[in-house]
Amino acid sequence: MLYQQIAQNKRKTFVLLVFFCLLVLAIGWAVGYFVGSGSLAGIVIAAVILCFYIPVTFASAKTQVLGMSGAHEIQKSDNPMLFNIVEELSVAANVPMPKIYVVNDDSPNAFATGMKPDSSAIAFTSGLLERLNREEIAAVTAHEFSHIRNYDIRLMTLCIALVGVIVIIADMGQRIFFWGGGRNNKRDNDKSNPILMIVALVLIILAPIAAQFVQLAVSRNREYLADASAIEITRDPQGLINALTKISSDSEGLKNAKQATASMYIANPFGRKKKKQSSWFATHPPIESRIERLKAM
Amino acid sequence: MTTIIVIAVIAIIVLFFIFSYNGLVKYRNWVQESFSQIDVQLKRRHDLIPNLVETVKGYARHEKETLSQVVEARNGLISGTPQQRIEADNQIEGALKSIFALAESYPDLKANQNFLSLQEELATTENKVAYSRQLYNKTVKDYNIKRESFPTNLIAGMFGFKREELLTVPEADREVPKVTF
Repeated sequence: MLYQQIAQNKRKTFVLLVFFCLLVLAIGWAVGYFVGSGSLAGIVIAAVILCFYIPVTFASAKTQVLGMSGAHEIQKSDNPMLFNIVEELSVAANVPMPKIYVVNDDSPNAFATGMKPDSSAIAFTSGLLERLNREEIAAVTAHEFSHIRNYDIRLMTLCIALVGVIVIIADMGQRIFFWGGGRNNKRDNDKSNPILMIVALVLIILAPIAAQFVQLAVSRNREYLADASAIEITRDPQGLINALTKISSDSEGLKNAKQATASMYIANPFGRKKKKQSSWFATHPPIESRIERLKAM
Repeated sequence: MTTIIVIAVIAIIVLFFIFSYNGLVKYRNWVQESFSQIDVQLKRRHDLIPNLVETVKGYARHEKETLSQVVEARNGLISGTPQQRIEADNQIEGALKSIFALAESYPDLKANQNFLSLQEELATTENKVAYSRQLYNKTVKDYNIKRESFPTNLIAGMFGFKREELLTVPEADREVPKVTF
């Protein structure tokens, strides 16, 4: 079951990578079409961007995500108990010891990131460390360890980085379109095709939205599974139930939360908006239904 | 044509032998490795106990019996068969519980920084023993399944891969130890 999940996640990462590459190339074509420098040039430029962007992303995604959330690394002497908890669970999950980061924020939350289990990091907010007891912190840590062990973190981190590049290119395209850009020179040209125009426009507007939907869907599906495998590690469903209850009672939300990284956290970092149902725009399944599933275990 | 088929069949059999044998070796090593993880923690426990005993002694002179219980069980941690050592660990766990309970009646001891950090270290070591035991049993289970499934069991029988035993816990100790902080 677990190994299937890991294989599936690696496969999904690959499919996702291909999907995003195609999307970037398509946007490149669309932007090129508008600029008037020819659609082929757009594809080539997008391909060049990808050639640099993907390796850079693989190398730096972890640092970027940690930087975006304002996390700083801590040493064992800063919080011996936290280190002990993480060490214990790294034994249980049979995963190398990750680096530990703390985000100074009163809202209780946590996330894991990294491209591989042996170079992963777990970040906790200071609010979480203050409000949760040992068992509850252990439950949250186990949840993050399941993300690490299942290679969810690579999938999610990559998703975030790739959505980023699509948004940037599409944004460029939209600006060019609304300013009129070089397109006017081309209008008299007989090569201009109204159907292609519409396709290009739709692509530029819809691609970033589509990319975000994919990211959110990927993230939502991962949470139930990570909850379940956390219980497999700690054998203590009550700990995670208590932890999620405490986390969900927070209404403030994280100060430093970005739309891009929201899906990485154990719970939605934007605090509780009345929404109870799972929606297409949700980064996480509703905490109530996560708790219900845990109670049934 | 027939020679090709014969060669192919032989090649498949040879490959099957190699993969199954290597697979079994891999699993057997995982079993050993996961026991060595328990070992590390038991040793650590063994080393932490004298410090705890010394710290407690200063405050609670009258509790000699509880302390000597711990010291006696301590030696069992680093010698004997895996199952014996796990049993020594279970004994220690019980004795430590009474030491931590005893601290309740000595406010000075309870507030002692050294005692508090030892308590945390012992608690985390206990959890690590429990978790590595869990991992050990899981690894042994995987190994045994591999060893006994057809057709790998043919290879296992041929090269004498033995069945590994799971570590068991006495019924009374099944519950997770609750150490209060």
